[in-house]
Amino acid sequence: MTTPQLFFAYFAVAMTVLSLLVVTRRSPVHSIMWMLVLFIHIAALYLFLNAEFLAAIQIIVYAGAILVLFLFVIMMLNLKKEETAKKYQAQWPVSAGIAIILAAFLVLILGKIVVLPSLGEYSIEAVKTEGIMMTTGKVLYTEFLLPFEIASIVLLVAIIGAVVLAKKRIE
Amino acid sequence: MSVIGILLILLKTISVVAVFLIHVMFVQYFERKAIGHMQSRLGPMRVGWHGILQPIADSIKLFFKEDIIPASSDKPIFYIAPIIGVIAAVSSLAVIPLWEGFSIANLNVGILYILALSSVGAYSVILGGWASNSKYSFLGGLRSSAQVISYEISMGLSLVGVMMMAGSTNLSDIVSAQDGRWFVIPQIIGFTVFFISALAETNRVPFDLPEAETELVSGFATEYSGMRWALFFMAEYAGMFVMSALAVVCFFGGWSGPGFWIFAYVPPVIWFLIKVYGFIFLYFWIRATLPRYRYDQLMRLGWKIFIPVALANIVITGVVKILWK
Amino acid sequence: MPGTYIPSDYLPVAIIIIFAALVGLGAVVAGILVRPRRPYAQKLYAYESGNPPVGEPRQKFSVKFYIIAMLFVVFDVEAVFLYPWAVAYDKLGIFGFVEMMLFIFILLIGYVYVWKKGAFEWE
Repeated sequence: MTTPQLFFAYFAVAMTVLSLLVVTRRSPVHSIMWMLVLFIHIAALYLFLNAEFLAAIQIIVYAGAILVLFLFVIMMLNLKKEETAKKYQAQWPVSAGIAIILAAFLVLILGKIVVLPSLGEYSIEAVKTEGIMMTTGKVLYTEFLLPFEIASIVLLVAIIGAVVLAKKRIE
Repeated sequence: MSVIGILLILLKTISVVAVFLIHVMFVQYFERKAIGHMQSRLGPMRVGWHGILQPIADSIKLFFKEDIIPASSDKPIFYIAPIIGVIAAVSSLAVIPLWEGFSIANLNVGILYILALSSVGAYSVILGGWASNSKYSFLGGLRSSAQVISYEISMGLSLVGVMMMAGSTNLSDIVSAQDGRWFVIPQIIGFTVFFISALAETNRVPFDLPEAETELVSGFATEYSGMRWALFFMAEYAGMFVMSALAVVCFFGGWSGPGFWIFAYVPPVIWFLIKVYGFIFLYFWIRATLPRYRYDQLMRLGWKIFIPVALANIVITGVVKILWK
Repeated sequence: MPGTYIPSDYLPVAIIIIFAALVGLGAVVAGILVRPRRPYAQKLYAYESGNPPVGEPRQKFSVKFYIIAMLFVVFDVEAVFLYPWAVAYDKLGIFGFVEMMLFIFILLIGYVYVWKKGAFEWE
């Protein structure tokens, strides 16, 4: 195995283990802590794809904003009862069955992934000379103009949704 | 990369961090002296010449203090919360250029790296407050998290103007782009929003609500003692340095100084440190001058004033840049 | 694709993070042997002005904190969209300016709505 592959192997294994830790912790705040570590690993994996900007966003948006929202919800709900409840519900065999089927699909698909022969215009060297931010900016705001403007509508819906959901409680 | 190359990076990192930690240690002495004199007191005088050895005495004392862990606390999170804060604050230093071509890591996404670490640093206070399982700590942690996330937006938005002017998020490029014309003049609105948001991000007066000695008995740090408590404050002061350095790099020309007469012979790092300590002094000056904000005022300032002002700054910068061409 | 590239620029970042963690851990761990450790029940109480603590400390709090966190997520994403735009601004020119104004305008509608609904009021 080459050195980059070793790194990838580490991240793949670590992320799987961390994901398992997230779903098996009894205390939800501990789950969030493991999730924070998981997000940092994901960010590091982006770095190995020469996607510095995505790595920074992974931390700023996911670890810095979305996870804080989770933390707030958990702190707000004060899950004392859930922490002492049984770990497995009665329907766990059903869930396990579905999980195994999905995993089987995943394994089947893995063999079908085709790696593109060429890397196109934006090779690692090209991105490095220009800077990842410049490249992203130039592509995102010209070629992908429409998805970008649609994103603003999605964000608008999210803002209004958040207030409507909590509106009864404010009044 | 060769083994020697890695060793050199290791040496560089460790020496910069070690020097930085000494600065962090002694800035508390500087704070006590500065505020003391502002209030017609002398500040620390007993340990060494004019109390210069006070920080060392304090560190030794804290080292030998009992580490009290409340029985009802959530132990693992209580243990690691202060360490998260230290990691986030100290590793932000990596991208700060101290002089031309010298920074531990010359990253393309320098500003974003600092913003990312400051959002991770917020966990230290929230989790510390939550894990203590004390009413004061819980309230302090809660307040702090809402405060930090509110001001993180205005801080990020206030730096967009700088990115537009420099065409880069690399901190060395931003300094080079200023070239004698500091961004503080065209970006005066951005700078004002940035500096006040930085005060709130580092939980300093007048936004020190998470600690608020008079009402929350130190807030998130109520249950912490000894070295763990010291780590929280190490993180706070290190964060203050990083924010000051970011302000100097983005708005005050970084390491550049006046290039005439005797000043041309002063090493750039000295100019950088002078500017950073200017900001640190401003922090202390504000602490000695202003009363604490009320919580509703704090949230109103962040959401109702700073976000629209920062957005307006981006629009103005955009218009001016188009008209200038 | 993964497994072909090493971001060597980030080696110093990894080193400084590990070193900072060692400083933090070291400061706490190094003193274990020399620190006194004399706990007793009263000392280990959570602080409540000297009395045994009453009630549950982690109480329910205002839903406003939740709204703030939710709005923070949205505005943080907005800010993230602004960063690459700002860097590439000179290349995008007036076209880039107009599209970003549209983006900001749409989000301002949401901002005004939230303001009018009173989510920023704390009494």
